[in-house]
Amino acid sequence: MEVAGRRPATFEAAASAEMAAQRPPRSRARDLLSRVLFVALLLGCSLVFLAPFAWLVSASLKLRSEVFNLEWIPDPVQWVNYVKVWQAAPLLAWLKNSLLVGAIGAVAVTLSSSLVAFGFAYFRFRGRDLLFGLVLATMMLPQAVTMIPVYLIWNELGFINTLVPLWAGNLFGSAFYVFLLRQFYLTLPRDLFNAARIDGANYFQMWLRVALPLTRTAMIVVFVFEFKALWTDLMKPLIYLFDNTLFTMPRGIKTLVDRFGQGGEMQWEIVLAATVILTIPLILIFFLGQRYFIEGISASGVKE
Amino acid sequence: MANKQDKSLLKRRKARWGWLFIAPWVIGFVVFTAGPMIASLYLSFTEYDVLRPPKPVGLDNYAQLLQDPRLRVSLWNSFFYTALFVPLATLVALCLALLLDRVHRAAGFFRTVFYLPSLTPTVAVGALFLWILNPNVGLINRGLALVGIDGPAWTTDPTWIKPGLVLMSLWSLGGTVVIYYAALRGVPVTLYEAARIEGASAWQEFRHVTLPLISGAIFFTLIVNTIAALQIFDEVYTMYFGQMESGAASNAALFYVIYLFRQAFEFLHMGYASAMAWLLFVLIMLLTAIQLRLSRRWVYYEGR
Repeated sequence: MEVAGRRPATFEAAASAEMAAQRPPRSRARDLLSRVLFVALLLGCSLVFLAPFAWLVSASLKLRSEVFNLEWIPDPVQWVNYVKVWQAAPLLAWLKNSLLVGAIGAVAVTLSSSLVAFGFAYFRFRGRDLLFGLVLATMMLPQAVTMIPVYLIWNELGFINTLVPLWAGNLFGSAFYVFLLRQFYLTLPRDLFNAARIDGANYFQMWLRVALPLTRTAMIVVFVFEFKALWTDLMKPLIYLFDNTLFTMPRGIKTLVDRFGQGGEMQWEIVLAATVILTIPLILIFFLGQRYFIEGISASGVKE
Repeated sequence: MANKQDKSLLKRRKARWGWLFIAPWVIGFVVFTAGPMIASLYLSFTEYDVLRPPKPVGLDNYAQLLQDPRLRVSLWNSFFYTALFVPLATLVALCLALLLDRVHRAAGFFRTVFYLPSLTPTVAVGALFLWILNPNVGLINRGLALVGIDGPAWTTDPTWIKPGLVLMSLWSLGGTVVIYYAALRGVPVTLYEAARIEGASAWQEFRHVTLPLISGAIFFTLIVNTIAALQIFDEVYTMYFGQMESGAASNAALFYVIYLFRQAFEFLHMGYASAMAWLLFVLIMLLTAIQLRLSRRWVYYEGR
């Protein structure tokens, strides 16, 4: 897929193109007026988008009897709700499991996808383009088609009720990331690699010492996206995990929703506090690596 | 002569390295994609509950697909939700991106605001919107009450459950906004200048300059959002399924992948679930093929 117009070769180029592209105003006074109007509209929309967050954090700090009152500022502030979650569930174990799966899985998929992407970008061999077409085709495949046999494989190998099936598939690269990283390798000048060859590097060293450092941005993009995907996933933990202490955060919080939520013991404040704890790490990562998220998403739609 | 031989030797060695680099993907494809696809196709012609070996039953599972009323309900639910969500998401995201495109420097801030909700883990979104959509105390109906509207029972009335879920999904459309915004920034300024000189109105400028040039990005998001919407699982499962289930919701919110998941992992009807998975796969391929075909009429590719 290709979006017409300037196609920036790299994220950096895209960023600088963004600075340069300013539309000519129709008339100065009208332009100012309409811009004020647009900012006001955007502020209104922002309130709508932020309100659920504000409500969540506020309600998670309220007394049980006041969770659904109309106040935005909780009074008194019930920090104790967060202690109660800690007592109600093995939260530390869940956080540890989620972090473990997220970190191992994201590192694995970043390295393996990069290796594969470099293979497709740099080398010429028979069947390469056909295979790359196959890579692209697998992006369309619904998970449901492979879900059951893959479960049977892990079952056969005795990995049910362990964290392994949640990340092990990542060791083999992932179609979308291979596609994204290949785009980056294609923009690297070939002379760079030829120079490395003359210096006596083999192809593996070339990938490790030349290609990897030059595409650090893209690799971070892949890492943060996969970490988010693994941190969020509910279906695999539902299929593979049965012990309470083995749960990842989403799987654990699902049990809290069942136990304390609608039709349960009606202790919403506990569910909401747990929901905040589940959400905070991703928001933190976002603010640390904001440009990588935005650049990654932008690139997915703009690149060929 | 010797030189030529050296060269072809080098070429062969390089090709071997190429295969080595893509080996992880090839292995992963065989073990986790191609193999399981064949296995799942085979299982779809059997009766299989994991405990006993698969028993071939011919086309029984597919015949049952035609008769199963729950399947019909889940298929309808998924398509209804998708048909409502995808066009709305495209429209809302496009409006937001157009607004962003008009405010220059403040755009970065608002883009972050719109993107944040899509970072919220799906289970958190489900838990959160169970209360946001709550008919009596939820944020949405309270907001509607402010303007004198008596909001519907989003979480209990079968007619309103899916529209409620669409609202929920619209909250996390930030990724689509970011893609459109990037595409809008890629429209060459010179084209706008030319349109001004020709005396085009703002609408004509949008219709004949902006829209064609971002049609590629719109097409991309249509495909991706459709495929994702047809497979929605996490949020809805968190809200309406599991230990506590209300009858109304478990019917009106029974999406296709949820039904498939229950058939496979709760009722252990692995054969029937495999047939369901293949039906989904075929439907997604058909839909994508139709979208691809239609795209020739409205997607503009530069230089073609």
